[in-house]
Amino acid sequence: MWTVVHRERVYAYTGARDFDPALPTVVFVHGAPNDHSVWSLQSRYFAHHRRNVLAIDLPGHGRSAGAPLESVECIGEWIVALLDAMGVERAALVGHSLGALATLDAAARHGSRVSRMALLGPAVPMPVADALLDAAKQNDHAAFELITGWSFSPGDLLGGNRLPGVWMAGNALRLMERSRPGVLYTDLLACHRYAGGLDAAAKVACPSLLVIGERDQMAVPANAAALIEALADRRVVTLSECGHSMMAEAPDGVLDALRAFLLFDASAALTPRGVLL
Amino acid sequence: MSKPKNTHFDTLSLHAGARPDPATGARATPIYQSASFVFPDSDHAAALFNMERAGHVYSRISNPTCAVLEERISALEGGVGAIAVASGQAALHLAIATLLDSGSHIVASRALYGGSHNLLDFTLPRFGITTSFVDPRDLDAWKSAIRPQTRLLFGETLGNPGLDVLDIPRVASLAHDHGLPLLVDSTFTTPYLLRPFEHGADLVYHSATKFLSGHGVVIGGLLVDSGRFDWTSSDKFPTLTEPYTGFHDMIFAEESTTAAFLLRARREGIRDFGACMAPMTAFQILQGIETLPLRMQRHVDNTRKIVAFLTAHPFVAAVGYPELTTHPDHHLAQKLLPLGCGAVFSFSIRGTRDQGRRFIESLRIFSHLANVGDAKSLVIHPASTTHFRVSAEKLRAAGIDEGTIRLSVGLENADDLIEDLSRALYLASKAPGA
Repeated sequence: MWTVVHRERVYAYTGARDFDPALPTVVFVHGAPNDHSVWSLQSRYFAHHRRNVLAIDLPGHGRSAGAPLESVECIGEWIVALLDAMGVERAALVGHSLGALATLDAAARHGSRVSRMALLGPAVPMPVADALLDAAKQNDHAAFELITGWSFSPGDLLGGNRLPGVWMAGNALRLMERSRPGVLYTDLLACHRYAGGLDAAAKVACPSLLVIGERDQMAVPANAAALIEALADRRVVTLSECGHSMMAEAPDGVLDALRAFLLFDASAALTPRGVLL
Repeated sequence: MSKPKNTHFDTLSLHAGARPDPATGARATPIYQSASFVFPDSDHAAALFNMERAGHVYSRISNPTCAVLEERISALEGGVGAIAVASGQAALHLAIATLLDSGSHIVASRALYGGSHNLLDFTLPRFGITTSFVDPRDLDAWKSAIRPQTRLLFGETLGNPGLDVLDIPRVASLAHDHGLPLLVDSTFTTPYLLRPFEHGADLVYHSATKFLSGHGVVIGGLLVDSGRFDWTSSDKFPTLTEPYTGFHDMIFAEESTTAAFLLRARREGIRDFGACMAPMTAFQILQGIETLPLRMQRHVDNTRKIVAFLTAHPFVAAVGYPELTTHPDHHLAQKLLPLGCGAVFSFSIRGTRDQGRRFIESLRIFSHLANVGDAKSLVIHPASTTHFRVSAEKLRAAGIDEGTIRLSVGLENADDLIEDLSRALYLASKAPGA
């Protein structure tokens, strides 16, 4: 569906369902420089299980118009503006990577608007290697290749997708190639410069879920430790043998963690790839 | 800066898509010879059917062994995914049926495999889909054949029978200027010699029966999506951009930014037309692909030696191989096919139809049959077999003469193959003419 936020057209995938104001809403926020399609399995599940789903394309990404937002704080504010545009008073936010940081910031600044937050592949801080930033700044294709190489666990980089017939690494690369020039650099710089993560975490009042990839090289698990400590009402799921592209690498592990957190009691059963800590 | 450490082609040939079997530790990809797969619970079942979870339901739609093959060819081609089907012809049909409706039009190279030509020229018109055939070397002909109803451009990397090299960059550019995808049959070259996506093609298919397998024991096809084509940029592809009532009003291009074509092909084409690949077939093709880089290099090495031998032989009138400076696409081949132009080519003897037959019958190592891409060397004489009802005049129009011989060079010792050809050429030259 389409809506308008800050006078720019914005696309949100809804799982082929009409938006129902009577239902709770879950907003899915992608990472750099992706779009809504990284959530296709998980978002579709919630759209067909008593939730409104807004799997958004951030400004300048995917189908959405406008320029990419230059800071995590701006993206967090934009998410709340999206809720305003949709007439949604409170929503659960689910973010991955850059989207996780924006979700965290939105939940900290606008506690009354966020019922729950799930952070997938989070790290605070989330530093980006100079080599990657330089390549992204030059719109060098090597930046996409570097991210692809670092985004999967060693096993998943060679395949074995749970979604039949889709080559995960090639699909991830191709999705990034579709991003507009400069978008990746803007997104990575926003991650790199975000310094308020721990302060934000201390202000978050809603229940939170952190989903960590055991083999994540983009947001290494060690960089989530302080974030976990700073969150008051938290549960953590570590996906074994999983890298940063967890929605593709462990689609059921991610979905089951989200189901347990968003639909059911947190003790709901998880798949063998998911370990509830 | 750091250089990306991309996995090499040889390694992908062995490992892409596969991992040791988590249930048994089996290192080889298991043959999941099962028609269907158990649902853990009802909610899981519903989620699988509604594409909320990933997994296998029924082996017509997907199968774990076939999925390994699909990932492997995707990795080798540099695509986003693939669908394994019953044959190369099934792959071509699936591509067309996914994108085109009655009233749609295709522009295709006229230098096609006969089976593809049959489908386009004789069968699809019955379903309202028509094709204009053009000289693959004539870009103006491609351009002038495009109509408002055109939805696809199609050619072979190496055309049949003259090995016309498809100028993929220019034809793809033309296609994209008109908002159309380019589909390429890459059977003769395999991704070892040419990766069409790197030159602008949007969809690639293979008869996996040929070089990908190498052993000549299965029939199979693979359809690969580059994930690059923007189906949403026009209203030409409603099968991908409008709700599909046959699958919960899914809009495939919204569901997947990169793999909308594959989604529709699997959720409709394989589901409804049913030309799926058997898991045993997928396993056997995987065994072949493991050695693809080694085999293709040997195929090319042997072919080069045989081309050199035939070119110098007094009873040979012409050899059509794009590495020869006499071939009209020599320069294009140097650009697109630096590792070699494959192992299938035609040559003409200075003789009659009967002498051509005598040549074939005198061969001892080359097998006389209608296939290419086997590990064993193969030969066919079109004028006395596939085209035996065709007049000499029509043969010439198709780029064939009464003395044309097509070889598929295998992996035997090149000296033995040359000896075989040498003896047969001698006997044919001494045979009486027609």
